[in-house]
Amino acid sequence: MTNTLHRYSEHYARGTGDDVRPVTDDYIVFAMASKGVNDDAVAEKYRAFLRLALKFQPVNIGDATHGGWLRPKRDLTPTNHWTRAHVPDPEAVLKGIDGPSTVAAVFDRYENMKAFVDALVEADIGVSVNIAAPMDSAHRCCKDAGIARHSVEYSLGFQGRLDKLPEARTLELSTMCGHGMVSASFARKMLDWVKENRRTPAEAAAYMARFCSCGVFNVKRAERLLEEARSGASGASGAAQKADGGKPSR
Amino acid sequence: MRIDPKKCVGCANCVPVCPMGAIAVSPALNRAVVDADACVECFTCFRGMSKEHLNPTFVRAVRRVAKWARFRFDPEPDVCPTDALAPEELTWPRIVRRAFSDPQVPHESTGIHGRGTAEVKTNDVTGRVKEGEAGCVIEFGRPGVGARFRDIERMTRALAALGVFFEPMNPVTTLMADAKAGTIRSDILDEKVLSAIVEIKVPFERVPEVLAKVREVSRTLDTVVAVGVSTRCHPDGNEPLRALLEREGYVAYRGKTNLGLGRVTVPGAKAPEAAAAGPAARVREAT
Repeated sequence: MTNTLHRYSEHYARGTGDDVRPVTDDYIVFAMASKGVNDDAVAEKYRAFLRLALKFQPVNIGDATHGGWLRPKRDLTPTNHWTRAHVPDPEAVLKGIDGPSTVAAVFDRYENMKAFVDALVEADIGVSVNIAAPMDSAHRCCKDAGIARHSVEYSLGFQGRLDKLPEARTLELSTMCGHGMVSASFARKMLDWVKENRRTPAEAAAYMARFCSCGVFNVKRAERLLEEARSGASGASGAAQKADGGKPSR
Repeated sequence: MRIDPKKCVGCANCVPVCPMGAIAVSPALNRAVVDADACVECFTCFRGMSKEHLNPTFVRAVRRVAKWARFRFDPEPDVCPTDALAPEELTWPRIVRRAFSDPQVPHESTGIHGRGTAEVKTNDVTGRVKEGEAGCVIEFGRPGVGARFRDIERMTRALAALGVFFEPMNPVTTLMADAKAGTIRSDILDEKVLSAIVEIKVPFERVPEVLAKVREVSRTLDTVVAVGVSTRCHPDGNEPLRALLEREGYVAYRGKTNLGLGRVTVPGAKAPEAAAAGPAARVREAT
């Protein structure tokens, strides 16, 4: 699930200077079992992980084999065009877990993530647990929880044909499904629809979340980005062409 | 993936949904069609769109009237009104596209969904990357560009020449004809995937050399490359990688942190390091 490693923010283009706004509303905690090591009763372990997460106000949860708590429907009727509810269904996620997978919970507040990690230490479920977030936040969380980090993996950003990447704000939306299931074209369409007042940021974020096949799309961060696009507030900036982890181009 | 022309009404909702931009409405047919060469069989359109089961003839008639009157359409943007998306049975080598592009299909080689890699996400129980070592994940095609194995092979050959160790439990490694030379089976080289990840392990001090080679080769590829570097932390939770990366000019802002909460629970399984002891031991270590 490297899908949470390279979530775009303007740090990839501009570094970590004081004028670069930190990401403070996007923290993912995920669990992954290892075959033959701790994958016994794995479905129940994953359910225990997500049940625990639900106590700390996640903004999305998901199972990599079945999706997040907002999912597409196979049997819509025409009335859904007027009555469709964008209501999360965490029970569907819990019921759907049926074996090997990866499960994740997304938080928009550090305090909630931290409280969840505290609870995980206490629960001792047995599967590997990772935080995907700004590294300083994850490190702080570990210190606060009294645990030593085991391993770290840094995202170094993008290289190669950067001219094929979309603009920064679209990238910030689309990479929140790191598997690439939220297409840049669709994210751009949702940005336009919000600007045209055809949909609210919450509705547009929910449409995108349904395409994320493992439930790590952060609907609250998406709503913020869409609202900023509508209001013209400064959000992501800088051309995606500079999105190479800060390494000077040669 | 194909779109059933008998069902499609040309509403174009599926066009922007495709991560590869492989769908367009044909002016001649007035139906959506899939560019088979550009399609990576990720199933995003089929799985991600909600479906209605309306009568295509009725919907086309309504659309013709609305179009004639220049009505502005405002439908739900993630719905296929006539359930026209039709997955095809895939055969070798095209089936490789789906294995690397649809995250809900587990890789046969590793049994892992997504990109099929474990990296250091389970390092607390596998001991895959040890202190003094670094793992590198080099991903091709994401976000939203796609990659051909011919490009991926260019990188794996260059890395093999450096004498790196390719992680055997990795989907790309299992498709190599010769892991020592970094060559990939010739019958899949033209196949396009949404993304693929090459995993290597090197002694820690060789990280700058490997990153420089990755940058050099990336400039020659017709795709985008995303790189991640990992290591095992010291017992106190600190690690030397960030300082190294910053010395090399990289911004080490975001990443993943393995909390070390995993432990061996399958009877008889062997535990690397302190994994059998569970989190309590490491809590004591940290405090």
